[in-house]
Amino acid sequence: MDKKRKRSIIRGVILAVLVIAIGFTVYSSFTKDKVELLTEGDTAPDFELVGLDGKKHRLSDYRGEGVMLNFWGTWCEPCKREMPAMDRQYDVFKDQGVNLLTINIAQSEFEVQNFLNNLGVDFPTVIDKTRDVMTAYNVIDLPASIFIDPNGKVVKIKTGEMKEADIISHMEMIKPE
Amino acid sequence: MKNVVCVCGHENPVGTKICANCGRPLTEEAKSQKVLDMKYDGSAIRSKTYNKSIIDKVWNFFSSVKVGVALIIITLVVSSIGTILKQEAFVEAGNEAGRAAFYEESYGSFGKLYYNLGFSDLYNQIWYLVLVAMLGISIIVASIDRGIPLHKSLKNQRVRRHESFMKRQRVIAEGTVTTGDSSNTIDAVEEKMKKLNYKVRREGKALLAEKGRFSRYGPYINHLGLIIFLVGVLLHKFPGIYVDESMWIREGETRAIPGMDGYFLENKEFIFETHDNDPTTAQIQQGVNAVAKNYQTDIVLYKQADDAVPGQTDQLEVVKEYSIRVNHPLEHDGYALYQMDFRLNELKEMSFQLTNKDTGVSLGEVAIDLRNPKKEYIIDENIKVELMEYYPDFSGFNNEGAPQTLSPNPNNPAFIFNMITPEHPDGEISFVAIQQTVEPTGDNTYKMAFSGIDTVNMSGLTIRMDKTIPILFVGGFIFLLGLAIGSYWNHRRIWIEQFENGRIRLAAHTNKNWFSIKKDLDAITEYAHLPQYIDQLDDEKETENDEDKKEES
Repeated sequence: MDKKRKRSIIRGVILAVLVIAIGFTVYSSFTKDKVELLTEGDTAPDFELVGLDGKKHRLSDYRGEGVMLNFWGTWCEPCKREMPAMDRQYDVFKDQGVNLLTINIAQSEFEVQNFLNNLGVDFPTVIDKTRDVMTAYNVIDLPASIFIDPNGKVVKIKTGEMKEADIISHMEMIKPE
Repeated sequence: MKNVVCVCGHENPVGTKICANCGRPLTEEAKSQKVLDMKYDGSAIRSKTYNKSIIDKVWNFFSSVKVGVALIIITLVVSSIGTILKQEAFVEAGNEAGRAAFYEESYGSFGKLYYNLGFSDLYNQIWYLVLVAMLGISIIVASIDRGIPLHKSLKNQRVRRHESFMKRQRVIAEGTVTTGDSSNTIDAVEEKMKKLNYKVRREGKALLAEKGRFSRYGPYINHLGLIIFLVGVLLHKFPGIYVDESMWIREGETRAIPGMDGYFLENKEFIFETHDNDPTTAQIQQGVNAVAKNYQTDIVLYKQADDAVPGQTDQLEVVKEYSIRVNHPLEHDGYALYQMDFRLNELKEMSFQLTNKDTGVSLGEVAIDLRNPKKEYIIDENIKVELMEYYPDFSGFNNEGAPQTLSPNPNNPAFIFNMITPEHPDGEISFVAIQQTVEPTGDNTYKMAFSGIDTVNMSGLTIRMDKTIPILFVGGFIFLLGLAIGSYWNHRRIWIEQFENGRIRLAAHTNKNWFSIKKDLDAITEYAHLPQYIDQLDDEKETENDEDKKEES
């Protein structure tokens, strides 16, 4: 019957619209926070910070090469634990076009430099004094690592301490062809 | 399924209780009623009509009032449970593990269960949102399901109704006019009803007078408002629509404003003022000796250049300078920054005298900025203090004996100094914490004697932006409008028909407020000399006496 089909279609459309609207809301509230949150596959927001070397480091300058960002603080024990492995793998991968840039959260140059010297690591480090980059990347818990491919796309977001094997496999993912 | 065909020939959808055309009761149930159930005017609730495909089954599930009530109760119970312990947003712990530990430590195994079931962050639980969403679907579907058939049957009302309909109304009358000529009775009724602001339709000697039909739409308008409100609340979850963030900012600090991209805030000064009164008795009893007068943060709002990227702070433009006070937020570009909290006297600078332990003579003072310590502090060419290590929030020594810092904040600063003096050109090492000194290389000649502190205040601000407020306002207004329409107006209908022999049959219905419709009936009964009406739900005795009463009056 024509009428029956029409009724089914109308009901189906109404239910579908409701389910899609609600599904999208629920989905987005879990993949995103109140502010726009970075997810894997997004373009990594560009930023510029001054490093311990006194130079400006801008993310977009690394286009064409892979970049691992690592947010950390001196009070964060897991950050400290994963750093020697990061340093070792950076030495292996830097000749293959993978960069490491660690971002300290708003501490003093003295503390940051001293901390790195004590650990005996020498990867490039910048300080996010205003916490602007931390906000842009929606970093809440430390450590947080973001792996960005040569096209500037976020390939992997990793919160918490990483094993050396994880660092290797993720650096492999962002290696230029 | 086939439609139900009434005796009058009208085809009604399955489930119809009262024929939409003539008003004859169609179901056995309706036929057995003395007074008809006029809910939805006897029209078929859509979901009750068919139950075949999956779509129909889903539709019928949400249309059910039982399901709706169950959803409301579940939502209420779950929301209530969510208020037993405090929500995660108010737990001061840095990360997930810390928050999990907080619930277990503070509330025991109940707290752990509470956390694991997700009650500690209820509004972000997928099942909670699904529950609210199902409630929303239920409201929409049930409204469509009942509202549309009701609207159709109200729109297509016939003037002339069948005897079986008329006689089954609550208020009825039948008989001849009490005095005078009955030839223009219907005209008189029409005239009077119009004066009483009824809409009157006539079909020969039959008449339908109707008033306040829009009140039947009250509940649906009400639901519409609710849905708009719900949509507004759900929109909070989308970026760029709703911001509710907070930040702590020290005097002298410049920080990016969370949730407000491209803007920076500098805290010039935090001011806390109290009333200069002598403590009252009540104040003394409560151990309070000052009454707050003002909480104020003097700020400068900066904006990045338009093409700047995050972190680029070398080209900040001053947007405005402002004093944020309680109830006087900084407002800019749809955002508002409120004064919410403060912390006084956080350590900023510590001063030490480089002192000879034997003679007590000081070689000079060193002031260390706890937020930005330097590598060395030079007093003169032979005397300087090197800062070897700094622990802003010293929390003890780890397994390997290395000092630890708990946070980046100078709550409990500790230092390892190397003191270079004329007597010790290679330096003497000293570990200095508050009320604690360790000299790892043996007995030192010099010590860093604590000589004073400088403090800063910290201001707690919240950042708010809500583009859904107009939506919430419109939704709330429609909700209340629907409530008022449904509550303060009522749908009154009076059917009158006069037969060839002059006898008159009257039936009246209202969805609420029978008192008022009876007053209207009294007025037309008197004006047009109609037979006295009876209320079939009144005592049986009264109805029997009615005939007698009429004779007397």
